[in-house]
Amino acid sequence: MSSTPHARPEIFGLMAEFHTAEELIEATQKVHAAGYHHVDAYTPYPIEEVSHALHLKRSKLPMIVLGGGITGGLAGYLLQYWSSVIEYPMNIGGRPFHSWPAFIVPTFEMTILFAALSAVLGMFALNGLPEPYHPAFNVPRFALASRDRYFLLIEARDPKFHADETRKLLLDLHASEVSDVAH
Amino acid sequence: MKSAAVETFRRPDPAALAAPAAVDRLRLLALGVGGAAAVALLIGLVMQPGYFYRSYLAGWVLWAGVALGSLVLAMLHTMTRGSWGVAGRRVLEAAARTLPYVLLLAVPLAFGLQELYPWSRPEAAHDHLLQKKAAYLNPAGLGIRTLIYFALWIFLMMTLDRLSARQDRDPDPDLIARMKRIAAPGIAFWALAVTFAAVDWLMSLDPHWFSTIYGVWLMGSQGLSAIAFLILMSVWLWRRAPMDAYLRPGHFHDWGKLMFAFTMLWAYFSFSQFLIIWSGNLPEEIGWYLRRTTGGWGGLALIIVLFHFALPFLMLLSRDLKRSPRFLVYIAGLMLVMRAVDLFWQVEPGFEGRHQPGFYWMYAAAPVAIGGIWLWLFLGELKKRPLLPVNDPYLPEALAHE
Repeated sequence: MSSTPHARPEIFGLMAEFHTAEELIEATQKVHAAGYHHVDAYTPYPIEEVSHALHLKRSKLPMIVLGGGITGGLAGYLLQYWSSVIEYPMNIGGRPFHSWPAFIVPTFEMTILFAALSAVLGMFALNGLPEPYHPAFNVPRFALASRDRYFLLIEARDPKFHADETRKLLLDLHASEVSDVAH
Repeated sequence: MKSAAVETFRRPDPAALAAPAAVDRLRLLALGVGGAAAVALLIGLVMQPGYFYRSYLAGWVLWAGVALGSLVLAMLHTMTRGSWGVAGRRVLEAAARTLPYVLLLAVPLAFGLQELYPWSRPEAAHDHLLQKKAAYLNPAGLGIRTLIYFALWIFLMMTLDRLSARQDRDPDPDLIARMKRIAAPGIAFWALAVTFAAVDWLMSLDPHWFSTIYGVWLMGSQGLSAIAFLILMSVWLWRRAPMDAYLRPGHFHDWGKLMFAFTMLWAYFSFSQFLIIWSGNLPEEIGWYLRRTTGGWGGLALIIVLFHFALPFLMLLSRDLKRSPRFLVYIAGLMLVMRAVDLFWQVEPGFEGRHQPGFYWMYAAAPVAIGGIWLWLFLGELKKRPLLPVNDPYLPEALAHE
């Protein structure tokens, strides 16, 4: 792949480190208010306020799960209909071939199975996983994100990004350290 | 992390948590509507005693289900301590405190045993099977057992209620441990008693028929009725001070999820019973469903499948709708109406050959009459305590629940 120096910024972005969750929440809110959109936050445990502050788009996952469930239910019912009415009709205790009450339980199970698989696979797909390489790990201190530090990353591809001004903004928001993130 | 809202929490003043003045207007309205329906029901009693007792039984089982379901939801919350329960506890407790009145409301049924239960009629002497069952199915037995169930439920309710009232005065965290020691066995006793009650009150309407899941079906139905009533009452409270400041979308979301779960539980029990009896197709069992699916009753069964299960199920899948009290209130109202329709479908088709469609209106009058009087009693109980358990140790988290 040819790299075009004009399109590709010199660094991936800027990573700010915070000591407390409150500082991170406030910084995330202010950064969003300042007009940055290519922003992500990293914390040792889930913090609901950070998700709000990031103004993440609503996940498409529920719709994927719904679609999976409907597909599974239809497939389960039609499979039974096809096998017991069309392909291999058998007289069982004089019951009609299309014995819908008997079909309900497998239909339900297939709905759950497909919905659950859609949830897992859809979650991976929307998360972009598996992702063997991410530039955030180029910052050595980033390992603390799974221990006791809170990080905020602003990507250089953000239209508002400016190496010096963005760094100043993050320092003003009480970041204890701001590091360049290499590609 | 404790959110800032929890750390800076200031316990609300119990005096500021009194029920809104509108409760008195609602009480009068409930008594007026209930009284009017009761008058209609009494006219029905003169014209058709049989229909009075059948419809009264259906209506009474519905509202007894709301009270008993509230008791068990309160006990479940005592054990599990979710935010949903802290915000709804006072409604559940007040509904459970109506249990002595619910027992009183059952008194008219004592005069209609022969109208209701074939095993109590003189003809039962010529029925070999009913003779074998007479040691259990006899009028004195039914009365004594019903008194025992209520003694047990009222004992659980009073013990828990006394501790809860004490917690309002005394923030002793040990009170919760004491409530748990009552609630844990209480849930098991409730389940056992409801199983027997389902046989006594409803299943023995057709004394030749039996279904082992019927008791569990009644448990699920009670839970569903109670959560629907909790939502209706909480939306009413949420529209007014002081609760408008405390009830959050998160509470309605949780209650909506519980109603969703109970809807599926009810459907699961109802369908399991149907599937097993349909598969077996045995003469002593299948008649119960034949009576309920042939003639016009099949159409009613379809209405129950669609509006007691399919529609609420699909609606409650949506997160936004569960979080919206304005919307949830319609689903909860539909649920209570469909509980009454389901009980109509459980009771009336059993009286084969004795149907008089001109009196079916009494199945609507009875739940309204008993419900109006019950609501009047319930609101009287609700007024007695602050609308939130002010000394509950989990109150800060529960109120910060978005």
